[in-house]
Amino acid sequence: MSPKKLQNLVQKIPNKVIVPKPVHHKFYGYGVPGINPEALTGTLIVIEGADGSGRSTQISMLVDWLECTGHATVQSGLKRSTLVSEELNQAQKGNILSHTTLSLFYATDFADQLENVIIPALKSGFIVLADRYIYTLIARDMVRGIDETWLRNLYGLAVVPDAVFYLNVSPEILVQRNFAKNHSLDYWESGMDLGLSRDMFDSFLIYQKMLQDAFERLQEIYGFTVIDGNHSIEKIDNELKKKIETILKRKNTLKRKK
Amino acid sequence: MKSFAELGYPGRLIAVEGLDGAGKSTQIYLLKKWLEKQDIKVYFSEWNSSELVKSATSKGKKMTLLTPTTFCLIHATDFADRYERHLVPLIRAGYIVLCDRYIFTAFARDVVRGCRPEWVRGIYSFAALPDIVFFFRAELEVSLRRILQGRPQLKYFEAGMDLALSNDPYESFRIFQGRLLEQYLQMSKEFGFIEINANGCVEEQQSVVRQIVAKMIPLEKFAQSKSTVYINQE
Repeated sequence: MSPKKLQNLVQKIPNKVIVPKPVHHKFYGYGVPGINPEALTGTLIVIEGADGSGRSTQISMLVDWLECTGHATVQSGLKRSTLVSEELNQAQKGNILSHTTLSLFYATDFADQLENVIIPALKSGFIVLADRYIYTLIARDMVRGIDETWLRNLYGLAVVPDAVFYLNVSPEILVQRNFAKNHSLDYWESGMDLGLSRDMFDSFLIYQKMLQDAFERLQEIYGFTVIDGNHSIEKIDNELKKKIETILKRKNTLKRKK
Repeated sequence: MKSFAELGYPGRLIAVEGLDGAGKSTQIYLLKKWLEKQDIKVYFSEWNSSELVKSATSKGKKMTLLTPTTFCLIHATDFADRYERHLVPLIRAGYIVLCDRYIFTAFARDVVRGCRPEWVRGIYSFAALPDIVFFFRAELEVSLRRILQGRPQLKYFEAGMDLALSNDPYESFRIFQGRLLEQYLQMSKEFGFIEINANGCVEEQQSVVRQIVAKMIPLEKFAQSKSTVYINQE
């Protein structure tokens, strides 16, 4: 962010901090043993989208904005657990695990983050910004032929977020962004393990389209907000902030009504 | 859920279940020797032994990073790895696979740890049922004596210390094993376990086990010489 813009931002911030009303959460399914979801009083905001959809850029801008407006934040993501992230990387390098195994390995990683990062933060009333959540994991597995009912039971352990934003970017633009960033396509993000095409470029386009279709299906089930990720960074940022503000404010009005 | 035979696989899977110290491992070892002597293609698989997942599991256990949820999931990952890479391919190739513990161990342990039975069963629903499950049923005191005699140093999770049942590992182990036994007894009817009286002597038990296997599986069909040319190296 340029210094000028930052200054504008600083000036716009009111002294009064929006106090969100604690909202009781729910689990999608059976949840985590020993955790009462009603004790999770924080706010869980999920940003979903492919690699190159601008997730991390948006999250860092949101974190900055939320903290400047007086909210404590915590970030979570995939493949960040102490428990299995190392082994997961190793497994991916060798590409030796079959689908169900890899799926469960990722679920273990997610559960570890959920129990050690997300839930404690929500208990303390923090705003948690999740860089991907169960939906990416479910979409990837669905594309690999794993049964949807099985997946929904498995991820019934997850807390239902207060908002899920899916940054939808066309595969063609994703290719360009990935090249601009790394000058190469990632093996897994290209779905090379699926044998869609021996050409990585073709495989990437087919795979990302398949994921988009899976996300469309998931949107029907989980009802998240689709954001047009083809727009500029600033435009998306504004849209997200407006939506998040409504979430925080709505909680506030609820409190006043009481 | 169906068994491998019901699903039309050429191979068979035999599992042993029961408390620690019930004598399962001894019995399955003797069964393996007997089958091998008959020139049968046999593969033996142990609970919690997948190479890749092992390092994560042992790290989790050493550092006590595991909660009931991650304990369940990491063992399911381990099982899935063995299931997809070893058990299913071998059963497709006509092997008799012997498993020292199968999904029922997870059903018992995870439920005692507080996971919802429906959730755990859903997770393991990708696996076919064994063709035979031997449940080695010993009196709780007999199992406890065997374990506590031979290996006085109890591991944290093995003793169920994570459940905070007692500060004394031995007391915790006793309560934990008692609860596991309750789970096994509940599953016994549901899944048609063949109960073996594990209070008796090794030979008596093995005799029963062998007779049941011979009755339930047409062993002559699983002999190596039936399907492959055997070259004598001498």
